[in-house]
Amino acid sequence: MPSLPDMNTPDVAELARGAAAASRATEVPTPDAGQEAFFEALLRIGDSTLILGHRVSEWCGHSPALEEDIALANVALDLIGQTQMWLGLAGEVEGKGRSADDLAYLRDAWDFRNLLIVERPNGDFGHTLMRQFLFDAYHLELLKALAGSSDPRVAEIAVKAAKEVAYHLERSSDLVIRLGDGTDESHRRMQAALEALWPYTGEMFLSDEKDAEAAAAGRIADPASLRPAWERTVRDVLGAATLTIPEGAFAHKGGKRGVHTEHLGYILADMQFLQRAYPGATW
Amino acid sequence: MYAQLVSTDGLKKPEEMTPEERAFQERIDRGEKIEPKEWMPEGYRKTLIRQIGQHAHSEIVGQLPEGNWITRAPTLERKAILLAKVQDEAGHGLYLYCAAETLGVSRDELMELLHKGKMKYSSIFNYPTLTWADMGAVGWLVDGAAIMNQVPLQRTSFGPYSRAMIRICKEESFHQRQGYAIMMKMASGTPAQKAMAQDALNRLWYPSLMMFGPSDKDSVHSAQSMAWKIKMNTNDELRQKFVDQTVPQAEYLGLTVPDPNLKWNEEKGGYDFSEPDWSEFFDVIAGNGPCNKDRLGARVKAWDDGAWFREGLVAHAEKAAARKAPVAAE
Ligand SMILES: [Fe+2]
Ligand SMILES: [Fe+2]
Ligand SMILES: [Fe+2]
Repeated sequence: MPSLPDMNTPDVAELARGAAAASRATEVPTPDAGQEAFFEALLRIGDSTLILGHRVSEWCGHSPALEEDIALANVALDLIGQTQMWLGLAGEVEGKGRSADDLAYLRDAWDFRNLLIVERPNGDFGHTLMRQFLFDAYHLELLKALAGSSDPRVAEIAVKAAKEVAYHLERSSDLVIRLGDGTDESHRRMQAALEALWPYTGEMFLSDEKDAEAAAAGRIADPASLRPAWERTVRDVLGAATLTIPEGAFAHKGGKRGVHTEHLGYILADMQFLQRAYPGATW
Repeated sequence: MYAQLVSTDGLKKPEEMTPEERAFQERIDRGEKIEPKEWMPEGYRKTLIRQIGQHAHSEIVGQLPEGNWITRAPTLERKAILLAKVQDEAGHGLYLYCAAETLGVSRDELMELLHKGKMKYSSIFNYPTLTWADMGAVGWLVDGAAIMNQVPLQRTSFGPYSRAMIRICKEESFHQRQGYAIMMKMASGTPAQKAMAQDALNRLWYPSLMMFGPSDKDSVHSAQSMAWKIKMNTNDELRQKFVDQTVPQAEYLGLTVPDPNLKWNEEKGGYDFSEPDWSEFFDVIAGNGPCNKDRLGARVKAWDDGAWFREGLVAHAEKAAARKAPVAAE
């Protein structure tokens, strides 16, 4: 290892130029740049359903009532099924022979593109329900928009998933209203959950150049366009729940670019354990 | 099995019965179903509540050992299948609590007895699930043993219990098949997977045999339950059937049943096999199994942590009713 002073290079700018030139020289031009943005967009959807499905499944056997165990398992099952479709299509679009399982089990955190909100820990049951509601309201708008995708495969998955998600939203809205307008304690817990999760909602509607590219091709909805309908749903439901929408407009972001919270690493350590510990085995 | 130690009073002889009791017994002997609103001896009601309650508790505590692997399932498909299976068990719990409710005991009352340690659940769920192969072995052996017990209970004398069993048995056979499918994958997989499969069988074989309850010579209280058709077969009969069915399945997998005394007995047309260690069984029943504290602790925590949730829903329903009431009165 060089001693520290050796590492101070007199001309950093020159080094950087050299590195940039070298990386440009090895870059393989992609045949259809649009495909890459499309792949990326599909990961953003499929990774969010994957990670939320994982979180919801953590409740299995531990929820406050048998009916909730059953209902949450249903939601998790729907989300896992959707993940298989979205990541399956992503693998197809990528064209490198990766399956939905390869994408789910053999990528590290920086390659995951899910929204940060879905990797937030479950917290109490109210926290889980609030996260579900805020996501469901977005998810349904997303799927409604994707049902009109220029890519028939996207449209087909979206139509199927939208039916399931409409039910998720109906259920989570109903529970948010009942608990918000329940006892003092249930109200307080739901308000606390809302405040904790609110800063994670803005990321749903941020568009970057990849979104713009996929949206321009008509394949994927522009995230920003989903906001007004989401806000209407959220305002109506939280109003009926007697909950107060937080004022802050600050939005945590990074999930869509692979910069996650600390929690994702632990989710993956759990989820990917067998595939990592026994490479190449079939299950 | 799911109700391993349900004791009743001794069997009544016909001459000791009241006319009502005799008529009741005759209905059962004719194969009639007893429905909740009809007259029944107190002992019949009590025994059924204990048995159905234990069975229901077993279903919901039984979610935990398999729930333990849901987040670590190795593929998306396996995760979905396992989740659906555990969800079914919650559903079974629900049907059975409903069947018990027809006898005049609420789900909350039964849960409270479970949480206070005054009601039991099957000993099998106090064993840990340590590798993915256990997801195979539990489906194959534990659901397999459950089916063995529950198929005859479809003909039990109490209508709601019998109908719950018919629904449940359909799903249990899917559970056993998916468990065996996992075992087949493991047993024909890499050396590590095969070792995991053998290890799972080694650990779960005797606890599975215990599911049928103590030997007939030690369970003196089953005669009345058999006369009432609450219990359809003796513990030893069912255990023998289970061994006879399971040994060839293990052989097909290329796995070895961990019993040096296991041998086909031509004369009885079944296997001779070693009894499980009954002192271990009674330790587990007494609360000293490897997971008793964790399992019951998890259920109590779920219940206690969920109190605000259940209270919130009740409070909302009351508010909604109050808001409606004046309008309705106008
Ligand atoms: Fe079961
Ligand atoms: Fe079951
Ligand atoms: Fe089962």
